[in-house]
Amino acid sequence: MARLSPENLHRAEAIVALYPERRSGLIPICHLAQAQDGYLTEEAMEDIAKICGVSPAEVRGTASFYDMLHTEPVGKYVFAVCTNIACMLAGAYEVLDHAEHRLGIHPGQTTADGMFTLEEAECLAGCDKAVCVQVNHRFFGPIDQDGFDRLVDDLTAGRLDDTVPPHGVLSRVQRQVGLPGHQSSERAEGATA
Amino acid sequence: MLTDAPRIVTARLEHADSHSLERYLATGGYEGLRKALSMTREAVHDEVNAASLLGRGGAGFPAGRKWSMLRKAPTSYLVINGDESEPATFKDHLLIERDPHQIVEGTIIAAYALGVDKAFIFCRGEFALGLERLTQAVNDAYAHGALGASIFGSEFSLDLVVHPGAGAYICGEETALLESLEGKRGFPRIKPPYFPAVIGLYGEPTVVNNVETMSNLPWIVLNGGAVFAALGQGSSTGTRLFALSGHVKRPGWYELEMSKTTFRDLIYDPSLGGGVRSGHELKAFIPGGVSAPWFYPEHLDMGLDQDAVGKAGSMLGSGSIVVMDETTCIVRAAWRISRFFHRESCGQCTPCREGSGWIEKILRRIEDGLGREEDLELLLDACDNLAPGLTWPPKQTTICVFGPSIPSSIVSGIHQFRDEFLLHVKEGGCPLPPDEVRHV
Ligand SMILES: Cc1cc2nc3c(=O)[nH]c(=O)nc-3n(C[C@H](O)[C@H](O)[C@H](O)COP(=O)(O)O)c2cc1C
Ligand code: SF4
Ligand code: FES
Repeated sequence: MARLSPENLHRAEAIVALYPERRSGLIPICHLAQAQDGYLTEEAMEDIAKICGVSPAEVRGTASFYDMLHTEPVGKYVFAVCTNIACMLAGAYEVLDHAEHRLGIHPGQTTADGMFTLEEAECLAGCDKAVCVQVNHRFFGPIDQDGFDRLVDDLTAGRLDDTVPPHGVLSRVQRQVGLPGHQSSERAEGATA
Repeated sequence: MLTDAPRIVTARLEHADSHSLERYLATGGYEGLRKALSMTREAVHDEVNAASLLGRGGAGFPAGRKWSMLRKAPTSYLVINGDESEPATFKDHLLIERDPHQIVEGTIIAAYALGVDKAFIFCRGEFALGLERLTQAVNDAYAHGALGASIFGSEFSLDLVVHPGAGAYICGEETALLESLEGKRGFPRIKPPYFPAVIGLYGEPTVVNNVETMSNLPWIVLNGGAVFAALGQGSSTGTRLFALSGHVKRPGWYELEMSKTTFRDLIYDPSLGGGVRSGHELKAFIPGGVSAPWFYPEHLDMGLDQDAVGKAGSMLGSGSIVVMDETTCIVRAAWRISRFFHRESCGQCTPCREGSGWIEKILRRIEDGLGREEDLELLLDACDNLAPGLTWPPKQTTICVFGPSIPSSIVSGIHQFRDEFLLHVKEGGCPLPPDEVRHV
C-alpha cells in the first residue's frame, strides 16, 4: 500500500520547514497524504510520523480527533449534507433522507462501488444557501431532492471533474515562496464561488 | 434605520474577481500597508485603539487592548482565526473566498504594529476554495513585495503561513486552535493564563485575532481610527458583517453600521432580509450564533449593538442571525442545536461530554412523543450543571465556554415556549408540521 511518493516526501519536508517546530506539519501533511490516496494509509502515517518526529500512534491518535481525516478508505466523492439549524429549517433532513434512498446507504457508509460516501455534516458556513451540501469540500447549494439527484448524475458522468477533484485534494494551489527547491505549482482553476 | 455608512470590509465584493491581486491593487489594495509602514508601530497601534475596534470572532474584546497585553519576549506570534464553524455563521467564509488579500494586508499591518515577524492564518479545512484563494493571495503578496524580507523596501519583514484545519468545531476556541496548529488534538487549554498573549503558540506570547477583525485594518489605517469610531455608537463602533439565515426571504450577508441598524431593519428591510417568508410570521430569532440565548418579536427594535444585546441577556456573538417562523418546532430546533454540541464536544470535561449527550437524548424523546412532564426539569437540571444558576453570561465549570453555551437554546425554549414542550408530551409527538424543503 501507499507510502508517500518521492515528490510528496519532498513536499512534506518543505511543509515542515514553514514551521518553528516539525510537529506543526502533521495536519497539513495528513491532508497531503489524503490528496495522494484519498485517505490515510498505515504506511503514509508511518512516513508522517518520521517526518514530524512523533510515533505512528501519535499520528493516528491526532488524526482520529479530526472529522476530515480518514484512517479507513472512503468513496471517491464524499457528500456532506449539512443538517444544522439553518439547513434543517430549509428541509435538510428531508434531503438527507432522499440522499440515503438514492445512494442506498446511511450516513457514515460508502457505496459498494466505492464511488460515494454520505455524511451528515455540522454547519458548513454556507447557511445562506441552505440546504448546503459539499462534495469533497466543494460547495453546492441550495440543494433540494432533485438537485441532489442531478449532482449524483453529474458526478457519475464526470461532468464535474474540473470543479470536484477526487476526495482528499484540498487546495490545488501550493505555496511557492520560501519552499526550498519547489518551483512548480498549479494555479487555481476557474472560481466555483 | 438604514444608514449611509461606507462598506468597509465588503467594498470590493461587487467585482467577480475581487480575490485577485490585480483587482485588489486597482481598488486601493496595500495602500493601508504602505501608509502603516510610513508610521511608527506605536502610531499604528494608536489608530486601532482610537477605532475601538472590537474583535469580530465572538467575544468582542477590543483589538487594541489585546495587542497591549502581548508579553515582551524575543519571539512572539500572530495567529489569525479563520476556523469559522459557529452554526449559522458564514461571514469569514465570504471574506476568505472573496477578499483574501484584505485579510493578508490586515495581518501584515497587525504584525507590524505588534513587532512580530511570523504569522499564521488558520483556515477552516472544509473551505477548499478558500484555502486555494488564501494560498494564491499569499504567493502573490510575496511576489508583490508585501510579504517576506524588507516589505516594500522597509526594515519590516514578515513570513505568513496559511495553515489548514482538519474539521473540528472546537478548534475555533483560541487555545484549542493553538494546540491544533502545534500538530495536536484540538483540546482547549486550562486557564489561567487567560490570554495567549501571555503563553500562546509553542509557549510564546501570541495574539489571536479573527479574520474579520483583520479585514478592517487597512481601512482604519487609511481613514483614521477616529473616522471608524464615529460610525456606530458607544463601544459598538464601525460596521459589522452580519450573516442572516433561516425563514427569511433574502438570506445572505449584510455589512451594516453597528448599533444604529436594528434587528427589524436586518430582518424586514426590502434591501436586506426582506421579511419572513411569505404567509408566515416571526416566532423567534437567534441573535448571535447558536451559543446565544434567543430573542423574540419584542426585541426587534433593538440596535445591532454589543452592549444592548448583552444587557438584554444574549450576545451579538459571531454576528449570525437565524430567523424562525411560526412553523418551527422549538423542541426540534433545540434538539438539533444540542446535537451539534454533543457531536462537537472535545470530551475533556464531564459535564460537557456527558451533559450534551443527555440533553440531546431527552429532547429527541420529547420530539418523538416519548417524553414525560418531568423531562423539562431534568433538562434544566442538566443545563444547571453546565452553567450553574443559569445566569447570563453563564458561570463556567468547564475548561472552555463551549460547555456553558449549551444551555442557551434549551433554556430559552423552555422559558418562552413551555406549553409547546408540554403539548409534545400530551399529544405523544410533535404538533407542528415537518420542515418544508426550500426548492430552488
Ligand atoms: C467554542 C468556541 C468557538 C470559537 N470559534 C471561533 C471561530 O470559529 N472563529 C473565531 O474567530 N473565533 C472563535 N472563537 C473565539 C476565539 O476564542 C477568540 O476569542 C477569537 O478568535 C479572537 O479574535 P478577535 O478578538 O479578533 O475576535 C471561539 C470561541 C469559543 C469558546
Ligand atoms: S467545555 Fe466541552 S469543549 Fe470545552 S474543553 Fe470542556 S469538554 Fe472540551
Ligand atoms: S446551517 Fe447548514 S451550512 Fe450553516
